[in-house]
Amino acid sequence: MRAKLGAGIVVGFAALALAAPAASLDGTDVVLTRFLPPGAVDDAGVLHLLGTDRLGRDVLSRLLHGARVSLAVALLATVVSLAMGVVVGTSAAILGPRVRAALLGITDFALALPRVVLLLLLAALWQPSAGLVIATLGLTGWMPLARLVYAESAAQLGRPYVGAAQALGGGRRHTVVRHILPNIGTTVLAAAALGVGQAITLEAGLSFLGLGVQPPTPSWGALIASGRETIVNAPWVGLAPGIALVILVLACSMIADGLGQGNDLDRHQLSRLRSEAH
Amino acid sequence: MASSFGFGILRAPLVVLGVVTLTFLLLHAAPGDPIALMLGPAATTTDREIAARALGLDQPLAEQYLRWLARAIRGDFGRSIATGRPVASMLWQAWPATAILVGASIALSYAVGVLLAAFQSASRHRWVDRIVSAVTVVLAAIPGYWLAFLLIMVFGYALRWFPAFGAAGIDAEFLTPAGRLADRLAHLALPLATLTLIGIGTVARYARGSLLAAASEPYLLVARAKGLRPARVMLRHHLRNGLVPIVALLGLSLPALFSGAVFVEGVFAWPGVGQVLIQGVQSRDYPVVMAATTLSALLVVVGSVVAEVFLHRVDPRTRPS
Repeated sequence: MRAKLGAGIVVGFAALALAAPAASLDGTDVVLTRFLPPGAVDDAGVLHLLGTDRLGRDVLSRLLHGARVSLAVALLATVVSLAMGVVVGTSAAILGPRVRAALLGITDFALALPRVVLLLLLAALWQPSAGLVIATLGLTGWMPLARLVYAESAAQLGRPYVGAAQALGGGRRHTVVRHILPNIGTTVLAAAALGVGQAITLEAGLSFLGLGVQPPTPSWGALIASGRETIVNAPWVGLAPGIALVILVLACSMIADGLGQGNDLDRHQLSRLRSEAH
Repeated sequence: MASSFGFGILRAPLVVLGVVTLTFLLLHAAPGDPIALMLGPAATTTDREIAARALGLDQPLAEQYLRWLARAIRGDFGRSIATGRPVASMLWQAWPATAILVGASIALSYAVGVLLAAFQSASRHRWVDRIVSAVTVVLAAIPGYWLAFLLIMVFGYALRWFPAFGAAGIDAEFLTPAGRLADRLAHLALPLATLTLIGIGTVARYARGSLLAAASEPYLLVARAKGLRPARVMLRHHLRNGLVPIVALLGLSLPALFSGAVFVEGVFAWPGVGQVLIQGVQSRDYPVVMAATTLSALLVVVGSVVAEVFLHRVDPRTRPS
């Protein structure tokens, strides 16, 4: 139920984001009336549901166009970290003890670094762009997933069905892909949903600092940052994207909680993953 | 159990070494030629060779790495490109501000978070649990920089209770010692509230989970059957056992806490390591970024070791035999 509600919200946002070009003004369009409060109608008779910003751009349009960037970056980054997490986690589970020690050691090491510091380091060394943000979010987000996949796969390895698959001549890769992964899939997806929420927050954080996707492309973090400059006379500019962001992150954690309840996604693991979030 | 949490004291130097190595490798992998940047387009080939030799950039990579390592161990991170000051002294000035902010927010968020969770699990009304849970879930989902935005809007501009940025007022030099302290505390209020509110969300959720898990333990039944008052059962039996995982969370959540502090320091212009790092990144001041990265890893590692020692004290079962 929870998972469905959460998924519904995420899909709703995604649909709005996809429909943004058709449903709203171009996010960079300038209409001439600046600082219109939410719900105001400008001189041309156009309704601005969330008001306009200091350049007279419609906040709702920018929010929807920003959702395209924020959602796409977060989803792609999570795909990257999910792929890395699954490869590292399953490899650690099925390959020899030395490989396992090395992989888990690297994972623990990477987990011990403050993620934001790594992101800032990478953003300082390379030119900020959407591709860079996806890569860096992906490369700094796989560790909790790898640990989870490892723990879950190792637990599955002792189950009779794995022994049966191997006795029937199934190789390592076959066992992992056809037998272990389907059994741990839901748990891993729950963790990945949390990862999407974190990635959205972090992408917005980077954009907020001017190190993410570059303006005038709207992204939620950049919108919040621009709202900060007009905090006194137009607080709605920064409020709207922040509220949207919190709703989306909550939806992601609802998906994770909902999926985790059906399976036994350990509370400990959930909290551990969640503690990486900010 | 102990080995799955954080790292042992022995592993801490390894992590720091790893960070120093990683920053070195990333610096070399990154695009851009430092000599071209330094000398500009008018430089001749001879100029470049001289500069490369002076900086040691003509040496093999392994040699450069060893020099980098030797300098890092001595705490010599060179001079900031933007300010011309030695990086080590910039960070030496900055770290106490970060330590105060993060330390105070850990103490406060653990105290309030655990209290909330205890209140939740002790309350007989389901709606209390529901409401507190809803609040903590939302708190845990709010990004720090946006919560900061909200608090500045309400308490900085609308109510004018607290200053919105900086660590001291411009008149701080002229205040009495007591006045100066009050000024410092007023400046600490909003950044601390931001970090703490988010921390409360995480801690309370986690504490609720582990108190709930401990709620059906037989020793609680025994304590109640003995006729102990509910408050005593909660304090001496339930909390003491239920909170062991919370202590473990402390070590695990340090990297995340520090990450949060980076954003919060940036928003409030709090003069800590995070702000130095952000300014370094924005002005592409490599020596500053490298050093701040290393220092932040060091702070996190030291914090994790402290948390682990603390855990061993609280729960003898986790001590290495």
